[in-house]
Amino acid sequence: MAKARVKVPGKAKAGEVILIKTLIRHKMESGNRKDKKTGQKIPRHIIDKFTAKYNGEVFFSSDWEGGVSANPYCSFNCKVDKSGAFEFIWHDEKGEEFKAEAKIEVS
Amino acid sequence: MTRKGNKSMGAMGGLAALAGAAGLLLSGLLIANQAAAKSKYEVDGRKSGYHYSNPETNEMQDDDFLNPGMLWVQRGIALWSKVDGAAGKSCASCHGDDARKTMRGVFTVYPKLNKKTGKLENIEQRINRCRVENMKAKPWKWESGELLSMTTFIGFLSRGLPMNVKVDGEVKPFFEKGKAEYFKRRGQLDMACKHCHIDNPGKRIRADLLSEGRAGQAFPLYRLKWQKIGSLHRRFRGCNKQVRAKPYKPGAEEYVNLELYVKWRSRGLPVEVPAVRR
Amino acid sequence: MSDKVKIEVIDRRHFLIMTGAGVTAATMLAGLAGTAEAKADLAAEYMSKVLAGAKPAEGKVKLTMPEIAENGATVPTKVSVDSPMTDKDYCQEVHIISTKNPVAHICTFHFTPKSGKAEASIRVRMATTQDVIALARMSDGKWYMTKTTVKVTIGGCGG
Repeated sequence: MAKARVKVPGKAKAGEVILIKTLIRHKMESGNRKDKKTGQKIPRHIIDKFTAKYNGEVFFSSDWEGGVSANPYCSFNCKVDKSGAFEFIWHDEKGEEFKAEAKIEVS
Repeated sequence: MTRKGNKSMGAMGGLAALAGAAGLLLSGLLIANQAAAKSKYEVDGRKSGYHYSNPETNEMQDDDFLNPGMLWVQRGIALWSKVDGAAGKSCASCHGDDARKTMRGVFTVYPKLNKKTGKLENIEQRINRCRVENMKAKPWKWESGELLSMTTFIGFLSRGLPMNVKVDGEVKPFFEKGKAEYFKRRGQLDMACKHCHIDNPGKRIRADLLSEGRAGQAFPLYRLKWQKIGSLHRRFRGCNKQVRAKPYKPGAEEYVNLELYVKWRSRGLPVEVPAVRR
Repeated sequence: MSDKVKIEVIDRRHFLIMTGAGVTAATMLAGLAGTAEAKADLAAEYMSKVLAGAKPAEGKVKLTMPEIAENGATVPTKVSVDSPMTDKDYCQEVHIISTKNPVAHICTFHFTPKSGKAEASIRVRMATTQDVIALARMSDGKWYMTKTTVKVTIGGCGG
């Protein structure tokens, strides 16, 4: 499923710090909302960990709680030194993982 | 710095590239861009709700990688070529792989008369008619992820084009009924659409700034309150409930007529789908 | 006879009484993130756990949020820390902490020298008007903090 969107510049110069933008479709159910009909609390269901790798190495990660908005957006930077691949992993607390990849040409 | 994005998961060729093409903003230029966008979103004194939003909300709309509505566009791209129904067809089977060419402008002229049934038909209904008649598939439910995604995608394909619904000739009776809905008092508060959106735009109801209700070019849009994309009819229902009136069902004739009037009120304004509003 | 409704003659209190909109909106907002009672204790609790006795200094960390959020469900948040981000001297992590949400910890960013900049953006939920705290840990073990106030408006159209 086309759940995630990632923006990585296609090209960069060695030593450049690039901006990366990520979005993923997820309700981020906080566990604090009540079902309007039953009055019962809706169980928490969130993405609790986001990890960004560059050529296999984790360079940025983030731990999330129910206070992160639905359809989470996260942007951050990376200092690139050689061409390669980015991997982005969203870990859902139910154990599911969503992945996205992107390539960069560094000159 | 090269900003030519490369995307994954959404990397579905040309359509995804289109989705990426508008993400070219450098953050330093945002303010200047917003000023430019504001003038773009005003035609002959008619102002889009973009003018009545905070800069942060406008920024979220302007950048395709900040705009969460683009997640629905992306899903619409995936659905476009997905075969469904007994006829073994996808949208692409009839309309071609490159929806950018075949579907550009379509959004701007709906709701339109369905000559066979003699009824006014909006985009959602047109999509479902295609599914039932041509694909032999089940219609998508109103406000379902699929119908919202496809409607948003079709809207996105007309982004920047002026709204241009036909309101004369055979369509005139529907237009007049829609106009009557707009001016009809309803609910315990005994208020019509026009009381907020024609008489009082720019004024506040508590902390909310009333807009001119030029919604036709913006919906389906990502509403911060909903935390998702929603249809124009969902917004109509919300407005009706807030004046303590019983809302119609989504897709009801009354709402399709009202939609035509609202889209006429947006005439000339460039399509913003997926817009972002509070 | 005029058929116009003049919104300006309806002041906030009257509108509230007339419609109960305030109550509805407040309930809806509370529903987003649980009851909006004073949760400063939770924030203090979380911070003392993270800091483990260390004392954060002012400065170095900048937290940018809108002064007035259009909707508490989606509040753009940016944090940046003044750090050279070299192998020897870099910002390791930044915690974003709410003082009035039912859960104090919103998120933590983990940086490395490869991050290039100790900077990240995210969108968060704010149950009500409150202070938000950013707490940054540097590679030398020193902590820095800052806070900012976000007003969460309750709209006439359901917040």
